[in-house]
Amino acid sequence: MAKTVEGMQFKGTRGQIRKQKIETTGAIIVGALLTLWIIANIIESPVQFSQAAIAGLRNGLIYALIALGYTLVYGIIELINFAHGDLFMLGAVFSSFFITYWIGADQSNGFGWFAFGLCLVAVMIFGAVINVLIERFAYRKLRHAPRLSALITAVGISFILQFIGLKWNGSTPRQWPTIIPSGDIYIGEVRISLLTIQLFLIGLPLLFGLNYLVTNTKQGKAMRSVSQDKDASTLMGINVNKTIAFTFAIGGAMAGAAGLLYQQSIGTTNYNLGFQLGLIAFTSAVLGGIGNLWGAVIGGLLIGLIQGLNDGAPIGFGQAWSQTVVFAVLIIILVFKPAGILGKVTTEKV
Amino acid sequence: MVKSTGTSNLTRSNRNWIRGYSIAALVMFITYQYLLPWEGLPLGIYDGINKWMPPAALNESLVYVIMALGLNIIVGYAGLLDLGYVAFWAIGGYCAGWFMSEFFYFLNINFFGSVPAESPGIHINFWLVLLIGGLVCAFFGALIGAPTLRLKSDYLALVTLGFGEIIPQVFFNGEDFFGFNISNGTKGIVRVDPIPAGVKNLGPFDFGWKLLLFIFLAAVMVFISLRLRRGRLGRAWLAVREDELAASMMGVPLMRTKLAAYAIGAFSGGLGGVAFATHVDGVYAERFNFAISIFLVAMVVLGGMGNVWGVILGAFVLSWVNGNGLAAFGSVYNETFGTSIDFTSFTFLLFGLVLILMMLFKREGFVPESRMKLLMHESELDEEESVEKKKKVGR
Repeated sequence: MAKTVEGMQFKGTRGQIRKQKIETTGAIIVGALLTLWIIANIIESPVQFSQAAIAGLRNGLIYALIALGYTLVYGIIELINFAHGDLFMLGAVFSSFFITYWIGADQSNGFGWFAFGLCLVAVMIFGAVINVLIERFAYRKLRHAPRLSALITAVGISFILQFIGLKWNGSTPRQWPTIIPSGDIYIGEVRISLLTIQLFLIGLPLLFGLNYLVTNTKQGKAMRSVSQDKDASTLMGINVNKTIAFTFAIGGAMAGAAGLLYQQSIGTTNYNLGFQLGLIAFTSAVLGGIGNLWGAVIGGLLIGLIQGLNDGAPIGFGQAWSQTVVFAVLIIILVFKPAGILGKVTTEKV
Repeated sequence: MVKSTGTSNLTRSNRNWIRGYSIAALVMFITYQYLLPWEGLPLGIYDGINKWMPPAALNESLVYVIMALGLNIIVGYAGLLDLGYVAFWAIGGYCAGWFMSEFFYFLNINFFGSVPAESPGIHINFWLVLLIGGLVCAFFGALIGAPTLRLKSDYLALVTLGFGEIIPQVFFNGEDFFGFNISNGTKGIVRVDPIPAGVKNLGPFDFGWKLLLFIFLAAVMVFISLRLRRGRLGRAWLAVREDELAASMMGVPLMRTKLAAYAIGAFSGGLGGVAFATHVDGVYAERFNFAISIFLVAMVVLGGMGNVWGVILGAFVLSWVNGNGLAAFGSVYNETFGTSIDFTSFTFLLFGLVLILMMLFKREGFVPESRMKLLMHESELDEEESVEKKKKVGR
């Protein structure tokens, strides 16, 4: 019913208009408070602010890469893929073993970079294959089942992936050598680690590549079409199953890449790190407008920034309240603007 | 015609459970209170019970039953997926911690408490704290429910998940909450007052009597659930669960109905929280994590959403496997075959597989509610078939 109303250029009933007003007012107030907080921090200590912000943005890049997987899958089959965070965890563990044990690189030199490049390809394939298998054996059968069933299945998959991580990585966090050269450069008084710059140099092409894939290729067109109407897509000669599997594959590849970047920047892996990071990444996807690619990226960077500032900036709640801040953001957004920053009510998914 | 016979059957079966339930309760109570300490009991049986179902594990399972029954009202009846139920457990637990311990040592309030009047702290009678815990949770349930009213399934689950992460973290960091110590942080609140039960005060190790108490609390929740389910509110919940739009067209007040589900479900969480605090004799912040919320949802779903008996079975089985069963099975297996497999490390795999296989092959749970079974397989039927079947099931 809602769709016909939108189609007729009808702005909505009085109640709907009031709702929109509440949403706008809420969004403006939240935005203003956020800006105020950031400005206050800048005035308090510009150097500390910049450093916290840069550290936050680095995490934000990883969140963005994971969030893409959530947003792609949600966009196409409307499923919150709870297992996605754990896939990222497996990616991180895989990268650690691949680089350190299987290839045997533990220093930042030419060979290290070669290992890194090889690992990036391998981990992306690894993530893609696992995600496709999950889709094939668990989610596909539940595509027409009630939402709750699919969600519970996702939780079950998440448990199994955590089990694999537990057996693979061990029950305690593990420290790994990193092969990305470390070091700092200074812009004024602000210290920026080379790691951050390199992560962005690696991560941003991935994001642009994905965007190109979805907007400019035939396969991307098929994805957008399937997300809008599966039956009509079938009639147009699109193989829906294949397209959904492809979506899972690229989502998994992004999670794998994020795992590698995380492992290289933090240097430790743990079997349960996927859960928290997955939730934060999902929050990012919702913040940006779920189903919207650039929304996930912006949401990820924004959440990373907020978290970084909260943890490191002079005026903030501190690291102990990190989760609370992130989830408070999630709740405020869902209450005032469920469609997210970039999402419109009639958003074009994927 | 179908309707009238159906109703009379339902009212009859609605009371039948009390007899069976009481007998089961009595058997369990006698076993654990009198048979287990009895010296004439053969050693084999004594060891068997202590190995497979020790009193502490049984009581803990019952706390899970109380919780799962509350969650069943939210998820099973009203169809609102709540992934943050552990928040109510935490709030209920801290109600016990605040009102029946020496935590507020600078105060000296004693209201029919079970400790001497001069001891510091707030000491309110256990039965009253039970009520307070339930009501505080009901209030928070409505508070958490309010922002979700406009949201649909997945988003709703996320908001509850958010609260389920925030509230435990507030308690976790509660040692310095804007300058106040509200929860003693990670150290937790150690020792809560014993339960005054007539002639005797029940401490942490009076498992038998506390078993009876927990069974009683669970029975209260079963009674509330069954009564509400048949009443006006319960039917409104089912209507909202199955088709929100149609329900509101038929005059069901969506807001009030949903908030009632959250409040009543949370009330049970409060009862369970207080009960659990007396069970472990303290409140510890790190216990309240997201895994418990998921675990409770799994209990409700596997047992059979909307069916009280299914939920009880689900809660019993899952908490037993998680707490004691797997470890006991592992030690027996290792002894028999001379292996040394760490079975408890397979918990994740076991739960994951069970969840997935159940969802793939028996979506409606072990003991399904007839209506829920239809709902879960509706997509496999065409329009006419599903209408026909719904008519047969009645209300």
